[in-house]
Amino acid sequence: MSDTLVKLNDIRRTFRVGEISVHVLRGITLEIERGAYVALTGSSGSGKTTLMNLLGCLDRPTSGEFWLDGVEVSRMSSDARAMIRNKKIGFVFQNFNLLPRTTALEQVMMPLAYTNSGLSERDAKKRATDLLKMVGLGERMDHRPSQLSGGQQQRVAIARALINQPPVLFADEPTGNLDSRTTAEILEMFDRLNRTEGITIILVTHDPTVAGHARRNIRLRDGMIESDTIREGPPPTLPSHGDATHPSGTERQVA
Amino acid sequence: MTIKKTLGTAIRALRRNITRSALTVLGIVIGIAAVIAMMEIGKGSSGSISKTIASMGANNLLIFPGTASTGGVSFGGGSSLTLTAEDCDAIIRECSAIAAAAPLVRARPQLVYQDKNWVPTFVYGSTPAYLTVRDWSQMADGDIFTDADVRNASRVCVVGQTLVRELFGGVNPVGKEIRVKNVAFTVVGVLTAKGANAFGMDQDDILLAPWTTIKYRVSGSSTASSTTASTSTTSSANSADSTYPGATAIFPAQSSTQAADAPMPVRFANVDQVIMSATSGEQIKPAIREVTSLLRERHRLQTGEPDDFSIRDMTESANALASTTNMMTNLLLAVALISLVVGGVGIMNIMLVSVTERTREIGLRMAVGARSRDILRQFLTEATLLCLIGGLLGLALGRGAALMVQKFLRWPVESSVEAIIASIVVSAVVGIVFGFYPAWKASRLDPIEALRYE
Repeated sequence: MSDTLVKLNDIRRTFRVGEISVHVLRGITLEIERGAYVALTGSSGSGKTTLMNLLGCLDRPTSGEFWLDGVEVSRMSSDARAMIRNKKIGFVFQNFNLLPRTTALEQVMMPLAYTNSGLSERDAKKRATDLLKMVGLGERMDHRPSQLSGGQQQRVAIARALINQPPVLFADEPTGNLDSRTTAEILEMFDRLNRTEGITIILVTHDPTVAGHARRNIRLRDGMIESDTIREGPPPTLPSHGDATHPSGTERQVA
Repeated sequence: MTIKKTLGTAIRALRRNITRSALTVLGIVIGIAAVIAMMEIGKGSSGSISKTIASMGANNLLIFPGTASTGGVSFGGGSSLTLTAEDCDAIIRECSAIAAAAPLVRARPQLVYQDKNWVPTFVYGSTPAYLTVRDWSQMADGDIFTDADVRNASRVCVVGQTLVRELFGGVNPVGKEIRVKNVAFTVVGVLTAKGANAFGMDQDDILLAPWTTIKYRVSGSSTASSTTASTSTTSSANSADSTYPGATAIFPAQSSTQAADAPMPVRFANVDQVIMSATSGEQIKPAIREVTSLLRERHRLQTGEPDDFSIRDMTESANALASTTNMMTNLLLAVALISLVVGGVGIMNIMLVSVTERTREIGLRMAVGARSRDILRQFLTEATLLCLIGGLLGLALGRGAALMVQKFLRWPVESSVEAIIASIVVSAVVGIVFGFYPAWKASRLDPIEALRYE
């Protein structure tokens, strides 16, 4: 479980706004091993969303190297990156991004349309059904987003992210639109996925409760890594409303 | 992404906003329906217009015998005696571009009925096919004489409306007996009114009889031979053919050896002209070619020898026919194009709205692994599908409208397979052409921007 899944080497990202160049990421070097549970934190404007987009292969760095699962992806064509996103990455968004007027089952099966797996319609349906059961929505497979609560919508999104069995799940403020009770539910689900399925989870958040669930906390500031702390010891017990704000366990400064 | 998956995705996307899809389709439905209805009605009208023009003789062809000359004196067109009724039979038998053909013998005798007399403009000897050629088959009364009458040289005739008025004083002449140059004819039928021809000649001032009767009983010889001293063939000298009377074989029949040893052109009973109709306006040129080669063969003309006959067509009226049909077709095409472009712009409009509205969806699809060409294909498929559905509905609506017009307005309507195929193809093309820009726009979206779009 200690092999490297994500390796960044001096990643820089510069945006051009007219004549001005904005250096959003200014040399990020980072390694994340398989099975990790990482929280990216930082104040707004620190570059965490940009880093997330790069890690999610939605964007390309201006310079630097990026290995994902042993493959250098920073110089790949957009089509090749689309394939990587399809096969190796699952996305969970703050605003769920579900298709309107589409049943939960269809939502979950949607990414398979872009997969050349030769998976039969029946197998695909079975896999999607299993995933929906796993996230606790076995009874609501025919429901549309308008008939689901926020937490249920996010669980559909998680099932959708997992349909292609990706090694890594990226979550961008996954609980930003949820109340504290559903936040706890979703975080519990992440914990379980990480612990029992061995899925690497990388989430962007500025909520310390959420960040506290991660075993590693990378804090960005002005496009650089300000701190990178790994929490040793057992994963925190499931928080009962906000008491996870101060996670237990010893913290060790790395890099 | 397989075609099946693309189609499934497109159908699901269209179903998700069924009202908008239906409204979008409406533009194409109306466009295609207009095209189909216009095509069917237009084709029907242009068909009936060409039929009207054709009945004026636009499809007709005339064969005249060539020019005879003796000692440097030419006797003018139609003076040689090379054209026979057998030529006419052969043309009917062998030329596929000819719908009907009839030999024609002219005369200008005086007619007497009781105390009245009259010299008609046209006294024609022909076969019943003449009326088919002239598109004149409808009889006002009685019937046309038969082919048997032609073979027997029966003294029967049909008369035109002017004759009925001038000679019979408006009384129905069927069954009456008139004298044509002292030969008694029985009137068996009355022609419908046809009016003046293009040159102002009264076409109803006509007496039509079997050509054999006119030739052998009325003129005694053809008008041509009466002016041509040099040609020795008269009806009595004709040989070897028993189809028509007056052709008594006066020489013993040749054996086949003799015939092969001494090939000798045999002259048959000649006719003054042959009138034919081509199967359609476009078939006039091929018909002339076919008839020319057939007659050259029958008249045993060597290569290089000039034709001993001439064929004339009604170029002027034929051109009028062609330009009318062309104009009609072009007019319809213009209407069709405009309505389709309007429909296409509608599709583009809605697809653009749809792309904007679904920016987040596009971003999401890209994030979960859609390549830009998948997005392009999805939106193109949606547009094309909309257009095809619209095309099919429009087809049904258009045919329905055309049938209604036929039923209630009694306009001639002609269904056209080409129009149906064309409208389906065109609606697909419209979908692709007008769907391309929105689809291309969608495929160019940046997934990060698209995901953040509000």
